[in-house]
Amino acid sequence: MSDDLEAVFRREAGRCTATLIRILGDIDLAEDAVAEAFTIAAERWPITGVPPNPGGWITTTARNRAIDRLRRESTRRDRYLAAHRLVDGDDMTSDDHHPEFADLDAFVDVVADDQLRLMFLCCHPALAPDAQTALVLRLLGGLDTPEIARAFLVPEATIAQRIVRAKRKLHDNHAAYRIPPSAELPDRLHVVLAAISLIFTEGHTATSGDGLIRVDLSAEGIRLGRVLVELMPDEPEAVGLLALMLLTDARRAARLEADGSMVRLADQDRSRWDAALIAEGHELVRACLRRDQPGPFQFQAAIAAVHADAPSAEATDWSQIVALYDQLYSHRPNAVVAMNRAIAIGELDGPHAGLAAIAAIDDELLVDYQPYHAARADLLARAGHRDDARAAYDRAIELTTNTTEADFLESQRAALP
Amino acid sequence: MAQYLMSVWHDGEYEVDFSSDDNQRRFAQVGKFNEKLQAAGAWVFANGLMPASSATVLRAKDGQVSVTDGPYAESKEQMGGFWVIEAPDLDAALEWAKGATVACEDAVEIRPFQTGE
Repeated sequence: MSDDLEAVFRREAGRCTATLIRILGDIDLAEDAVAEAFTIAAERWPITGVPPNPGGWITTTARNRAIDRLRRESTRRDRYLAAHRLVDGDDMTSDDHHPEFADLDAFVDVVADDQLRLMFLCCHPALAPDAQTALVLRLLGGLDTPEIARAFLVPEATIAQRIVRAKRKLHDNHAAYRIPPSAELPDRLHVVLAAISLIFTEGHTATSGDGLIRVDLSAEGIRLGRVLVELMPDEPEAVGLLALMLLTDARRAARLEADGSMVRLADQDRSRWDAALIAEGHELVRACLRRDQPGPFQFQAAIAAVHADAPSAEATDWSQIVALYDQLYSHRPNAVVAMNRAIAIGELDGPHAGLAAIAAIDDELLVDYQPYHAARADLLARAGHRDDARAAYDRAIELTTNTTEADFLESQRAALP
Repeated sequence: MAQYLMSVWHDGEYEVDFSSDDNQRRFAQVGKFNEKLQAAGAWVFANGLMPASSATVLRAKDGQVSVTDGPYAESKEQMGGFWVIEAPDLDAALEWAKGATVACEDAVEIRPFQTGE
């Protein structure tokens, strides 16, 4: 694929697929049709040049190809009916119709809603989170199975099976292709936000393997977050998630040493933080504050914004961070939030206060949670409990699947007095 | 309209006992839920099952039918009853399934029926 076409593909594949699913009522047919349209584009565009509305061109071409195929393969009654319905729907499907002449605007108008429909479909709560993220990356991100498999460091066959199963489940269960009604929207939107957040986080801290950061997934998470904010500008939690991702990604260059080892937030060279991303993140956080409909992602974004504000680790406004964690906890009373709050208390009031806060959490839930043991180890070390700190580091290292993170924890353990 | 099976699942044997307060409450809840299903036109069929120990399994092989005592699945988890409902799509079906699990206070599995396509 040429660079031009590659760029168009990355930008348009999700949008085209989203519209084609609505038109064809079938995910597989839509995917095939979009792929076929890009193949045609790869043949034609080097000769004709890239058309002024490449997305519309692809969508129209894919639609026409799909209709041709439905006609040829109309042995199955439902497909026949689908083809028939499309033909009856308007008269843009005649054989001599060329997408170049079409009124492409009519298609492009509805694309925005289609992408939202597709987000809610991929993130249907009846699907497991790993199936949701795979489907989002495949259908909205335009990533192919090997790319998704590499990004998650799992075998291709696993991802392929995950996607096939998810699509089949949606199909067999008669999942609707629509934006959920307002009564269901908050819950359903949260699932979408969680999936995008998972994609970003997986890129930010790879759960396994050698490299700590896999840029592709963070970038894809941010791209999807931007699409969502564009489509749902009045959803403060969507804005909050985007702000959180931008403010987190701003620290990317400072998170790793030249040799690939990990740098803690406190030790990062803040001059290497991306000022443009921080400015954009701050602006979004301020917009959320003005709207005053707080939610979990907005609180997390606000916490990231406080960190980004501090010229040095020592200058961090920990009292504000603790206050924000208190509010986050009132919205999401779970052990992980309680643990992060305890870490912030450890910074504000010292390691003994932090340890007291962490001891108050029901650690049944955190017993296999690596960050809990890493945080406890750090607090114990600072409080002077050397042996307990060593044991906590041992447990954290045991639970770490990422080698960069394990190296970091080992160096912390080695530095114990 | 699509049809879905909503099956009720629990662990181990149970007594069919209408007298306890717990069961009285659940029967009343399920009764109300069923009325809602019927009023909405979503009802196809529903009933509770006698305990799994009352089941018999038959298998046909090479023209011979064998009969064995007890349920097919040897697991602890057994089906205790089911609904068959009609719903326009998965979201509507899940909404009914939520009502079902709240009413009967047991886990409810929802699964689509095959369609003729």
